[in-house]
Amino acid sequence: MRYVQEFRDPVAAKGVLAAIARVADEIGVTKEDPVHIMEICGGHTHAIFRYGLDKLVHEGVEFIHGPGCPVCVLPMSRVDECVELAERPEVIFTTFGDAMRVPGTRKSLMQAKADGADIRMVYSPLDALELARRNPEREVVFFGLGFETTTPSTALSIQQAAREGLTNFTVFCNHITVPPPIRALLSDPHMVLDGFVGPGHVSMVIGVHPYDFIAEEFGKPLVVSGFEPLDLLQSVLMVIEQIRDGRAEIENQYARVVPEYGNPVSLAAIEDVYEPRPSFEWRGLGEIDESGLRICDRYSAFDAEAKFGIGYGAAAGRAVVEEPEGCACGLVMTGRAKPTECPQFGRGCTPEMPLGALMVSSEGACAAYWQYGGARAVEAAE
Amino acid sequence: MNMTSRVSRLRDERVTLAHGGGGKAMCDLIEEVFTDVFDPPGMEDQARLTDAALREAGTRLAFTTDSFVVTPVEFPGGDIGKIAVCGTVNDLVVGGAVPLWLSASFIIEEGCEIALLRRIVGSMAREAKAAGVRIVTGDTKVVGRGSADQVFVTTSGIGVIPAGRDMRAESVEPGDIAIVNGVLGDHGAAILAARGDLALSTEIESDCQSLGHLMEAVLKAAPGVKASRDATRGGLASALNEIAEAADVTVEIDETALPLREEVKGMCEILGLDPLYLANEGTLVLFVPPDQTEATLEAMRSTEAGRGAVAVGRARDKGPVPVTMRTAFGGERIVDMLVGEQLPRIC
Repeated sequence: MRYVQEFRDPVAAKGVLAAIARVADEIGVTKEDPVHIMEICGGHTHAIFRYGLDKLVHEGVEFIHGPGCPVCVLPMSRVDECVELAERPEVIFTTFGDAMRVPGTRKSLMQAKADGADIRMVYSPLDALELARRNPEREVVFFGLGFETTTPSTALSIQQAAREGLTNFTVFCNHITVPPPIRALLSDPHMVLDGFVGPGHVSMVIGVHPYDFIAEEFGKPLVVSGFEPLDLLQSVLMVIEQIRDGRAEIENQYARVVPEYGNPVSLAAIEDVYEPRPSFEWRGLGEIDESGLRICDRYSAFDAEAKFGIGYGAAAGRAVVEEPEGCACGLVMTGRAKPTECPQFGRGCTPEMPLGALMVSSEGACAAYWQYGGARAVEAAE
Repeated sequence: MNMTSRVSRLRDERVTLAHGGGGKAMCDLIEEVFTDVFDPPGMEDQARLTDAALREAGTRLAFTTDSFVVTPVEFPGGDIGKIAVCGTVNDLVVGGAVPLWLSASFIIEEGCEIALLRRIVGSMAREAKAAGVRIVTGDTKVVGRGSADQVFVTTSGIGVIPAGRDMRAESVEPGDIAIVNGVLGDHGAAILAARGDLALSTEIESDCQSLGHLMEAVLKAAPGVKASRDATRGGLASALNEIAEAADVTVEIDETALPLREEVKGMCEILGLDPLYLANEGTLVLFVPPDQTEATLEAMRSTEAGRGAVAVGRARDKGPVPVTMRTAFGGERIVDMLVGEQLPRIC
């Protein structure tokens, strides 16, 4: 695979790892007193474990796994609402594959499908649109989920549905944005983070400037990064070089994909279709101001919340569903605990029977720990 | 009955419930679509097999059964009929047996095209001939629309294990070499693409094939083969996990040695899938003592099904996990059993 393999070159990696070690030694970080770097994105978390980067970097560099897995941070009450929508006889409920297993309070979408709900996995909202065209007698609902990476494609499909005058296509909108939870994390008095590796595919849409506040208000460095192992290592190097030099800047490692000001077409579609909610609940983190998007009134005909009377927030009489007892997802997501330090990890909570959010998707920190060895390493050490 | 002069009585284009009713329509369907195609023609409800054929070939009977459901029923590289023969033949072969006889049962959905059935049965007959087995008994049932998806096929197989052959996963020891016969994941990738849900167009074909001739060639050249598995559902990862657990060893594979097509790798990157877990339908996994590795590879490569044979890893003393992989990047990761099914990722 050209343009991918080059960024997985083990020889080049050795050079970057050596440079990271040099800078780490210059800063004087150790295993006991490490520098804490949060990779915000679940895709980065997955790559770190898939390539064993956490074990390859200098022991004074510690990765903290951020809240950037949209499946993981989806509140349980919203999963329940998905199941209720999917169970309506007129509805064909369409969703990305990895949302199927997320547990709700009653059941997951996978279980609802087994119980007879018409739930279809799609790879793009355009597939859902096609289903709506082919099934005019049914109501096709697309489960809009994800950060700025998937938000534009949902917006474009709503615009397309409006152009075609489709009356049986709606979106159950759960799109969320990256900067607000970072602000929330940085405002937390227990925060221990020294710098960030930013999600490249989000910046492909929004550019690098929405992160300026991290450097300007909180004095922390952030490097927007690609997803191959060499991208990640180079980004870590750039972050710790900033720390060594006492700088706090927003830098772009992923310049081959990320334009400084993002993608204007995507941004225009987002601007046209959505508006921010006053606040949105994040599983493990609670309500965060202006962190979620809703479909604006102009497109309310395509809003499943409006069409099926679901709503969001206190006005809808919605109760916040408590996390299961003993679940430490909130602590893990804020960098205050490792997945393996959670009392439920590998005991009450496994990928087969996930209890907490971070075990649900393969991009969740706990699931990645489990899949690529964290769990067994703990067992072996015990 | 004189077959050549008989006029076809089966005029329907689609199967109706009448074809399952036990009357004339059913007889016509069974004769024209099924029994006349299989060799020998005119099979009966009950196959009567002589023990001479068994004694000639070996000392122990092997008996296996498998049901086949696949969407779509026809896909690049095969169809449900070909899989139904290959799958059961391969189950016998990896146990060391020489496959001899198969049964074939069909659950047919009302409305299924008879032309489709003919194609499926035709490919079963061809594959059976190629694998050297005979389909000697069978059954059909017709169910109402929606109670099945076009057609489901169940095949059972009888084979004979020659004296002295004893392949068991438990006998794998540290140092033994893991070998596969060719590229991984083609079947899983071809099926995913053929379903059309993902709007991917590829040229990948299923690897669906019988492994009998390959296995006989291997056992002639390297009689010390210790374990063999047909890496079907759950892919190479699951087959290796099963062997490692049974043998109480850890299997270490080398990512750079894995035979994967660029198209399969690319598809997995796009969908967030791991090719180690993609299904195969003609992938043989063998463990052989190190001194027989070369002979095994040479014998495999001399056959059609084994042209791409390579060593992918080895067994070592039992560690904390059954299967690990040295990554191309120089790290090490665990290759666990699959949880549920692989789901395409969101982004």
